[in-house]
Parts: sequence; structure tokens; C-alpha cells
Amino acid sequence: MEGYITIDGVQTPINGCKNLLEVIRASGIELPTFCYHSELSVYGACRMCIVDIDGRGIQASCSTPPEDGMVVRTHTEQVMRIRRMALELLLANHHGNCQTCGKNTRCKLQDLAQKLGVKNVRFDELNDVLPIDDTNQSLMRDPNKCILCGDCVRMCKEVQGIGVLDFVGRGSDVRVSPAFGKNLKDVECVYCGQCASVCPTGALTIKSQTDQVWKAINDPTKTVIVQVAPAVRAAIAQAYGITGGEHAMGKTVTALRRIGFEKVYDTSFTADLTTVEEATEFLGRVAKGEKLPQFTSCCPAWVKFVEQFYPGYLSNLSSCKSPQQMFGSLAKQYFADNESVERESLYVVSVMPCTAKKFEADRPEFAVEGDPDVNAVISTQELISMIDEAGIRVADLPPESMDLPFGFKTGAGIIFGTSGGVAEAVLRLAAAAEKPTSKTAPIEFREVRGLEGLKEASVTLGDKTIRLAVLSGLANAREVLERIQSGEAEYDIVEVMACRGGCIGGGGQPLPNDMQAREERKRTLYDCDAILPLHNAADNPYIKECYEKLLQKPNSAIAHKLLHTGYRSRRRIQGEDLELTEEQTGPKTPVSVCIGTNCYLRGSYDTLRRLIDKARESGLAGKIDFRATFCFEKCKASPNVQVGETIYGGITPDKIDEFFENTIKPAAQGAVKAETLEV
Amino acid sequence: MTPFAKLNSPTELDALKRKAISAIQGCATRVLVCGGTGCMANGGPAVLDALQKALEKHEVPVRADIMREEDEDAITIGYSGCPGYCQVGPIVRILPADYFYVQVKPEDADDIVTQTVMNGKPVDRLLFKDENNSYAKRDDLPFYKDQVNVVLADCGVIEPGDIRDYIARDGYRALAEALFGLTPEAVVAEVTESGLRGRGGAGFSTGRKWGFTQVVQSAKKYVVCNADEGDPGAFMDESIMEGNPHALLEGMAIAGYAIGADEGYIYVRAEYPLAISRLRTAISQAEQAGLLGDRILGGPFSFHIHIKEGAGAFVCGEETALISSIEGQRGMPRPKPPFPANSGLWGKPTVVNNVETFANVSKIILNGAEWFRSFGIERSPGTKVFALTGDVVNTGLIEVPMGTTLGDVVFKIGGGIRTGRPFKAVQIGGPSGACLTEEHLDLPLDYDSLKSVGAMVGSGGLVVMDDSTCMVEIARFFMSFTQKESCGKCVLCREGTKRMLDILTRIVSGKGKVEDISLLEELALTVRDGSLCGLGKSAPNPVISTLKHFRDEYLAHIVDGVCPAGECESFKAYSIVSEKCKGCGLCAKKCPVNAISGELKSPYVIDATLCTRCGVCAEVCKFDAVVLS
Amino acid sequence: MAQSAVLPEKGSKARRHFSRIQQIIEEYGATESALIPILQKVQDEYRYLPEEILTFVATALDLPPATVYGVATFYAQFSLEPKGKHIIKCCDGTACHVRKNQTIINAINQRLGLAPDKKTTDDHRFTFEIVSCIGACALAPAVVIDGHVYGQTTAQAMVEAIDKIEEADKAEDAQ
Repeated sequence: MEGYITIDGVQTPINGCKNLLEVIRASGIELPTFCYHSELSVYGACRMCIVDIDGRGIQASCSTPPEDGMVVRTHTEQVMRIRRMALELLLANHHGNCQTCGKNTRCKLQDLAQKLGVKNVRFDELNDVLPIDDTNQSLMRDPNKCILCGDCVRMCKEVQGIGVLDFVGRGSDVRVSPAFGKNLKDVECVYCGQCASVCPTGALTIKSQTDQVWKAINDPTKTVIVQVAPAVRAAIAQAYGITGGEHAMGKTVTALRRIGFEKVYDTSFTADLTTVEEATEFLGRVAKGEKLPQFTSCCPAWVKFVEQFYPGYLSNLSSCKSPQQMFGSLAKQYFADNESVERESLYVVSVMPCTAKKFEADRPEFAVEGDPDVNAVISTQELISMIDEAGIRVADLPPESMDLPFGFKTGAGIIFGTSGGVAEAVLRLAAAAEKPTSKTAPIEFREVRGLEGLKEASVTLGDKTIRLAVLSGLANAREVLERIQSGEAEYDIVEVMACRGGCIGGGGQPLPNDMQAREERKRTLYDCDAILPLHNAADNPYIKECYEKLLQKPNSAIAHKLLHTGYRSRRRIQGEDLELTEEQTGPKTPVSVCIGTNCYLRGSYDTLRRLIDKARESGLAGKIDFRATFCFEKCKASPNVQVGETIYGGITPDKIDEFFENTIKPAAQGAVKAETLEV
Repeated sequence: MTPFAKLNSPTELDALKRKAISAIQGCATRVLVCGGTGCMANGGPAVLDALQKALEKHEVPVRADIMREEDEDAITIGYSGCPGYCQVGPIVRILPADYFYVQVKPEDADDIVTQTVMNGKPVDRLLFKDENNSYAKRDDLPFYKDQVNVVLADCGVIEPGDIRDYIARDGYRALAEALFGLTPEAVVAEVTESGLRGRGGAGFSTGRKWGFTQVVQSAKKYVVCNADEGDPGAFMDESIMEGNPHALLEGMAIAGYAIGADEGYIYVRAEYPLAISRLRTAISQAEQAGLLGDRILGGPFSFHIHIKEGAGAFVCGEETALISSIEGQRGMPRPKPPFPANSGLWGKPTVVNNVETFANVSKIILNGAEWFRSFGIERSPGTKVFALTGDVVNTGLIEVPMGTTLGDVVFKIGGGIRTGRPFKAVQIGGPSGACLTEEHLDLPLDYDSLKSVGAMVGSGGLVVMDDSTCMVEIARFFMSFTQKESCGKCVLCREGTKRMLDILTRIVSGKGKVEDISLLEELALTVRDGSLCGLGKSAPNPVISTLKHFRDEYLAHIVDGVCPAGECESFKAYSIVSEKCKGCGLCAKKCPVNAISGELKSPYVIDATLCTRCGVCAEVCKFDAVVLS
Repeated sequence: MAQSAVLPEKGSKARRHFSRIQQIIEEYGATESALIPILQKVQDEYRYLPEEILTFVATALDLPPATVYGVATFYAQFSLEPKGKHIIKCCDGTACHVRKNQTIINAINQRLGLAPDKKTTDDHRFTFEIVSCIGACALAPAVVIDGHVYGQTTAQAMVEAIDKIEEADKAEDAQ
């Protein structure tokens, strides 16, 4: 749309803006909003962006397409009255313990109430308090602070394609909640934290681990070391107004040492290691003709997403641990071998742009006898609060270097922090292996760069063509997976980051964490890459040393032990099974049939129906307690049936007769004989 | 009933019509028992049953099928739609003599059969009477005399369960004429020219709405009928769907042809099970007869109608919320633009009109825009159906030309106040509407006049109230309704209605503060001006209009501590009737706040300033001496 | 098809319903727009919407369980708590309100020992709901018991109707 709009008497060009709100903002008026985000659908509920349009009266500007010749006033008496009343009403319904709230000073509600001059609240306070969900490692949900703008709901549904949260109830009883009022840990949440990134108030916040970290720092028996993820430096630079990512990183290193960390390392180092391991794995898959595409596995939210929704693709996930976890296991090994610090005494802290990394560090497979490889994960936001707590003026500090060996990285490790970075790092390594050039000359693959959620490229190296998809935002991942599943699309490597734009936009990054902020952070990371001397992970001298001293060679047995992992199917939602038989007296054999998504799609309903028929025909109906369950987390073998304690896979309807005769019947007749049919 | 043969051309429709007319006219007598929700609840089925038995007993031949011409002398019996006068139900009509029997009981069946059916004479005791007269024919009744029936003309005359009865009365002829004689543009032009305005709320021009949708290029478009008549106190759409479902289907099909849609949805409240079943029957018969479905009347136009049952949400009467609900989502309104004409159901261009609007369409196509304009007034042509209820003598559905005055409706058709107490107000338009008072008795009921006094036609509920109704309580009642029914999406409606309800509840329970009135007013105006959808924008109307016309009543509750209408419980006081009091002292002993004093064996008294109205005294008194007044 | 899956034991509620759910989903089609009709049918079967059934419906329709829960909690017709065998609905439309239906509401609540926040009797025999207009305004005040409309009714008539139902029920139970 082109043309002009008169805004408060000033002619303003439309310039292709998609709605009136954007035209007004471009004209220099910061119209307030709670529920408008350019990357989400228009919702129109907060009523803050209302304006008076000639001939139309009061309208929400977010949902009004701009039209040439419109005459708009943005702060008439009526408009101001409505905005103030909306705020007063929200404040009256809000648990305003601002001083102790995690969003204090960064809360939009607080900010707008102050800016719009809401001086008192004339309505009675509410007394009912809803329970706070703090049962997972990553996020806290306090419904008492929710203003129902729906940003989190739309973020989770539209951008992440999951829909963990939705509105519940109606009228003044409306709440935002996971299904059945459950806690986040009991539903499909992947802990990406994008909901918290858009939440204007303290209703969704990052669950802080700073207390544990302070405690460890002050514990004389602990050696506390820290790794800092690549994307963190870009956000720190932005937050403190420091030019240059490495410059900001240098100052942060000084700050971290002042806080009390004994060693400061760079996760970019293990990102380089990941590149080497993952590229080797890829070449191995190609050579052995194994399953392609290979999916990246650096992003813990993406990994949980595949485990929950696409368990059939678990073997496509690279077996490489994420750089965070590679660092953890390597550091614990290294300090024990070289610094005489035993596992239990070494306390590894990560500073991550991410909330899902907290969940990742807590996965049981990343611990040795209960001692986690990474002891605590703090987000960039939490690092900033630790810096503030210590009273450190970061911008005034002199920069210092990271500790060696894990503080040394190439530019390839740095760009892991932005969407396309992992793919480019692998391509650089492959390209250099194909055709060696000067180590310091930059090799760039610009086609995989940028914040777009879905990028595709074909890169020819020698006689090989590698087909890549680079995805960010899990809704895009879902779309591409569906296309791969249907055979519509074929790739060799698929890089997925859960958050739009990659880790630079992670749920742990400081606010605002919008696309504009992400764009700036992305540039910062590519600038870092440009100024670093090396650009190919394989050229990192400390990586080479690491292989020489400990890991032998990429994908070696020891490398597998320390740097690789496995995955499992995950039940999407915790809850009751479906009872299919009424309580009857006498002992009964429990038979459960999975009707979770995968089994359901492979005909488990028919399996169940046939089993019930068989039971009736053989007169054993009263001896069997049929249940339909939602997941055994063995989706690859679906449909699954559990008899007694044993789970049998691949019980498709055609195998029912045999299965019933050989397995269920004897069990029901009292001869419980469990033999595995697992396929 | 045998399946209907598929009609393959307008000529075949005409032939069926002629056949139906001659068959029905050849029928000696038609006995129609009202099958509207009111009469069905009031014993209608028992009356029908008794009549059928009496006919059998007296060996009166009854046609199994209204078209069985070989049974020339036989009579037909069945349910009709609602003739509107629910107050006097169950109603039985006898055609062609046109006797109108009221409050019929099963034991009257024998007399109806022997006197009327067999001998053509009316049963006097079943006719409607007032103090002066007895009325044999429907149109003579005071309730009907001043009504003009366009939309309801066939309701109560035809059997809704038989499509041929509708066809005999020109049913589907408008559709045939449109499909085979008019271009879609001409249909839109005719409807626009008629000046028909949406009967469900704000009164937007139906023709223009169709025109917007027609010009949008799209391979798929939809026609949606809003039959989610949620206003408490309105049931005209229900009545049309029950009494003349084909009028709605025909109107929708014409709309489909006009805008280029081949699919329609009727979104009907689940609270109307009878309407739903009648619609299902009607759709299936129309499909069999080739009047809906693929290649209607053998022509190129196809139109399918589906029924979607609502699940209990008033807000789904808002068109964008209704669309969300059909799509299977929470019924939350969406911001407009985009309007449904551009992006409606599943993002496709969609026309949404209510039942009464569609029911007018076939009449307009058949008789022309000019004819339609002969009813009503210039800017609001046609008639409007109102549901007249409350403290009025005659309650039921009425249809009057747009522009009829409020006074005529209440006093002529409604017959004045039932209780004999003074008229106080009329609440029009339900929870989105406003209160009209004595000063509005000369106000014409049409879109613009009502708007000028801050009211709206809304869906057409008219609730008449006498002076025993407290207007603050009425405002609170409507606010509790909208507050419960708010979808909770936009801040102003969700939080604003809750706070208005809080304040109103405070006032009616005697805890109001003087500053509550200004806060309430500010809140009401803000919610009206700033809300996202029509529900929120109109939710404050009952508050604004009662504050305007009955501010004194608000002040009386707050300042004087009385409810002038004597309705609000909290303002009632306990007192002891001295003649009944035996002076036992039990009440004084049990009173938790020591508000009762006296001496044993002489009457006790309650100190009203101390009394908390807990009611313990009344409960413990063995002599019923404690009264609440 | 699902009928064949019904086991012979009478009163095997859960099994019958599970087969019904699948049948219902097949009848309406596994699409989002069928969600509300499916939930309506499921509630007809169960008299409420159990959590595990909603999870099953979400799985079959490929919708997030939170979305299904959001829809189920939005519409007044749906109940996530089991309802009683007999459903009594008191219309609270304007006409009924103006004709003082509050006395009827009080009487029914008192008769059944219910309150605004307790809608179902402990024996699950009765559920009493106050509903929006049922369209029988000319018969105000109106109450619907198990689908039957009682027009121009009174507190006393309602108490008597409830007594009758309970007696009939108890006689049936005794058999």
C-alpha cells in the first residue's frame, strides 16, 4: 500500500507498512501495545493501540490496514481515557508485587502504567491466588501476573507449532494454561522459552539458577568454571551498548573472573569440536549409505521436539552431544586428568542464550553416577543479573582473554549462535577438505545465512552436491519434516534451531528479544567471525591437540563415549489411561494398547478392537483388564501392546490372532509367560 | 412419508405447486395443533394425541399424507408452527374455517371433532374472549388485529414437516425465479433496492453486504445463517425455524446464488432442539425434491446446507466469533477488518445474516422491492418480529411494520400491564439493548429512532416491566449475563464488565458509595467506546440507559438506603408483628447482634439500624411473628 | 463397526464409550471443524468430558491437547465434571427473571441441597444448572427437566416434579 496518512495533523507516507500501527510507529509515535508482535498474528485484544480515525471512530490500529487519505489522531482525550482505563483494569487484576517480581523494571505493564499516568486504581483488589508452576528446570509460570494478551499462546502455536498453552474458560475466568491445568513439565513443552520472550509481564519468566551458582562460587571445596555460549556475547554487547562481540566478550570475561569463576571458557570451542565430529559422522553416513538427512542436534528444544512428535526420525538426529554437553564431559575429564580436580569438585556453569539448555543439562544421560556434566545453566538474563548483583560496571572493565585450551575458537564456532551457522561450519570444513586454501582466508556460504525460518541450499563440493535445509522456528521444522515424510523433499543435512534466527534469539536472551534485536546480534556474530584469524573448525589448534592427547580421532570410541549420545521417544503428555473394563472381582491380567499418535496412526485402534473381540469370543473377557494408554515411548515399534509387565511391539491387526493365542490367552489363563516379540 | 420425487425444472415445481394446492384445498378440514416450543411445553402433544384418538373414535377419515387426493373428504391433522400467541396455548387452528382455539386441553378433543370437524361449528368455550367479546377468527383477536404478518405469515398455517405445504404457498418459487430469471447481480440489486436491513442487530443493509461479497473473486464462498439467538427474552428466530424452516433455507439458497456460494451453514443454538430437528427434516426434504443440493431444479446451481449446533456461548452471535466456532475453535471474536465479506469462514468470502433476514428474502424476490417498501418506513422498510414478554397481558411473538410506536405495541397488541400496576419501562434488545420509558411511548420502533435514544432493535426482545421492577437490579441482571458471556479476549470487556457487575452488585446489596455512580458511568462509556466486538461495545447499554432514565433509583439505593421498587432483598427489613408476638424472647436470645429488645410476655421490637438481616429471628420464631418487608 | 467391540457384560460403560468415541470421530471426520460436534456427542455418551477422552480426541484430530481443553472449557454446554442422571435447567432469560424465577431457583437448590458452586447432588442423581434463555419466554418462568419444558411453573411444582422423579428412580433401583 502506498499513499499518505495524516497522523495527528502530519502527513506520513505509508511506505508499504502492513498495518496502521506500523505507519504510526514509523512516524515517531511509540503507540503502546501488549498483544502486537510483528511476527505473530494480529490479535486486537489489549486495546492499547486504539486511535481515532475520521469517519470510523475508535479503532485498533494493529488490525487496521492503512489507506491513502486516512486521518488519524493518536492521543485524543477519549483515546487516552480508554487506554488509561484499560491499564487501570489490568492493574486491578494483577498481583503487583513489583519489587520482587522477576520482570521488575522490564515489565511492560509497569512501564505503560507509569508512562500513561495511571496514578491510582479505583477497583477492589482480588484475593484469589492461582498456583505458580515452578516444577520444571527452565521456566516459571505465574498466572496471577498474566494479562491474557495471548502472546505466549500465539508464539507457541504459530511460530513453534506446538500449542502447549491455550486459553481456558471464558469471561473473567479466562486463564492461559497448559492442557487440563497441568504443569509445563507434564505436557509437550520443549522449554524453548520463546513464550517468556514475548510475555510483557512476570507471568512467564526464566527459572533462575543464580543462587546455586553463587553458592558454588562461595564454596571453597568447589572449583567453579564457566563456559559462555557464542550468542551470549552478541546480547551482552547489545545490553551494555558495547561495540563488537569479541570486545564485549572480553569485558564479560573480566566480569566473570571478578564474580569468582576460576576459569572462563568458550562454548565456541566445543562448537568447533561438534563441527568436526558431526561432519565426520555425516561423511560416515554417506559412505555407509545410512539414513539421511542428518539432523543437527545442538538445540535441546529441537531434540525434545523430535523425541515427542517424530520419534521415527530419532536415528536421523546426529549422535553428537550439543556443544554445551561436549564441554561438560570434556571439562570433567580434562580437569580430572590434568588439574587433579575430581568430577565432584568441579562445578561447571554454562552461560547460555537458552532456557532449554537447563533442561538438557538435567537429562539423566548427561551425568555420571548422579554427577551432572554441567552443574548449572544460567541464561544471558541471569548473567546480567549476577553482574548487577555484584555491582560490576561491565562497560568500564578492561577486556581479558579466555583461558586455554577451551577458550580458543575459530569463527566457525562463533557462528553456531545464529541460524545457518552449524551448516556453514560443516560446509567450510568439507570445502577445505575438498580443496585446501589459506587457513585465514574466509570461506563464506551466504545462502544459509539470515533470519528467515526456512532456507534451502545446494552446495557442490568437488563431485558431491550437498542438499541443505536450514530451519528455525519449530513450526518450520514441522512443515519440513512433514514434507520429508511424504517424500516431497529430500535433504542431506538439516539444521534446526528451535528459536527464530537461532540461539541469538534464544529464550534466555535479554529483552527486547524481537527480530530487530536478533538481526543486530546476528551481524555481531558474523563480524566476530570476520575478525577472528581462523574460520574452519578443523584448523583450531587446540581441537587438534585434544584429539592427539585424548580423543584419538573423530568418531573414535573414546570420542563416542565422551561426545556422543542417544535419544528416546517421549510421551507427549502425562495423564490417566483410558479404562476400558469396569472393576470386577478376581485377579485380572492387565492388557494395555497404546493409542498415542504413532500407534494410533498405525492402526492401534483396530488392534484394540480385535483384541477385545477375541477376548469375548474366547470367554476371557472377565479375566482381562483392557486399558488404552497414550504412550509407551516405544513409538518406533508401534503399535505397542503391554501384557502384564512386558511391552510387545509391532502388533498390527493382522498379527492379532497369533498374539492373542500365544501371549494374552496364556497370561489370562494364569500361566503368565512373558516372551518378547519385540520387533 | 414417501420420498419426494426430484424436481428437474421450474415447470415441475409449478406442477407440484398446483397439485399441492388442489390437494390441500380439496381437503375438507385441516386441524393444526401449534408445535412451537411454548405450546409443546404446555401440553400440545397431548392435545394432538387426544384429537387423533377422537377422530378415530368418530371414524373421521384422516389422510396419512396431505397430498392423498383420493381421500377427498378426508381431513389432515398435524403440527403447525407457532402462531405467536404463546400466552394462550396450546393453540389449535381449524382451516379453512379459520377457528382459533385457545388453551385447549385433551378433554376438549371430542367436542372439537364432533362440533367443528364433523359439523363445521365453532366450540364456543375454546374461543378467545376478553371482557366484552368472543373472537372466532385469528385476525379478529386484539393481539393480532394490529399486526402485519410477512415473515410469520405462513407460520401457524402450514405444516413445517411437509415441504409440499410450503410449496403450495409459493414456496421455492422465488428461488426458481432467481435461478432461472435473474442474474446474481439482479438479485443483489433487488435486495438492495428493497432496503432490507439485517434483523439481528445493527441493521446493516443486506443487499450491500451481499454486494461486497459478490464482487470478491474467489472459487469458494459461504453463506452463514446466524441462528444463535442468544438474547435472553428473544425467540423469533426459533419460531421461524420451527414453524417455517423452508423460508430460511430458500433465503439462504438465494443468497448463495447471489454471491456465488455453493455451501451454507446454519449455526443454531443447541438450546433449540425442536428447531434443529425441523431444520434437519426440511433440509432432507428439500434435497430429495431437488430444491437444495446438486443442480437445483436441474439447473447449473448447486447449494448445500449444513447445520452446526452451538455449544452454549452468547458471544457466538457475533459473526466473527460464530465463524471461529464453526471452524471448531473457541468462539472468540476477531478484529474487523478483515470483514467476513472478504475473509470469513476458513478465510473465504462469507455472508452472515440472521434467520429473520433470510426469511424475508424470498418474499422480496417474489413480490419485488417496491412491495417490500410498502411496509414500514423509508429508512427501515418491512416488518419486524418482536418477542413481547414480561409484565404485559399478551405475551408472544408479534410482527409489526417497522416504525410502529412503542405505545401501540405495549398497550394495543400487548394489552397493557398484566398486574394492573403502572407501566415503568420496556427493555429492548436484550443485554445489548436499553430501557425505554414512558417518555418513549410515542417513539417509532425502527433502527434509526431507537439508535437516537441509545437503544437498538437488537434481536427484538421487548420485555415490559411494571413499577415493581428495580431498574438497578435489571442493569445488574444484564451485566451478570454479559459478564458471564464475555469471551474474555479484550481487556475492556473482560475486566470492565466484571467491575461494572461488582459495582452494581454493591449498590443492590446496599453497600454502594456515592462515587460508584461516576465510576460506573466512566467505565460504561469506556467499555462502549473501546471494546473489540459488538458484545463489548453494547454490554454497557443497560447501565448507560438506566443511569440516564433512572438515576434517582440508583441514588435512592446509595443515599437513602431504599429500593424504590421494593425488589432488592438487602433493603428489606425484618420487623415483629406485635399482634402475633407472644413475647417469648427467643428471637432476642438468638439475635447475633443484639438488635432485638423487649420484655418477656410483651411484644419485642427490632432495631433496624443494628439488624444485619441474617434472618435467624424469623427462623426461630414459633409464631410467625417476624416478617420481612 | 464399533458395535462389534461391545463386550456382552451389561453396564460395561467405559468400553462401550471408547468404541463410541472412535465411531463418533469416524462419523464426523477427524478435522478441527468437527471438534465441537464430536465433543457434543462424547458428552452425550458420558454426561461429561473426561480428560483421557479429550486427550484421545486431540490425538485423533491432530490438535494440541491444550486447544481441545480450551474449546471444552469455553462453551457452557460442556462439563469437565460428571453430571447427574437427571438434568434440571432453570431458564434465566429476561422474561423469566422479570417474572421472579429466583424463588424457583432457591426452592430447587434447597430441595436438592445444592448451591451456586455445587451443581450436582452427591448421589449423582441430579444436576441443576441455571442456563441462558431457552426461548420459552412467553411461558416464563420456565424450567427444563430432562428435555421436558415446564412453562409458567412455580417453586412448588418443581419440588413435586423432583420428588416424583426421585421416587420413580428409587423404585427402579429397588427392582
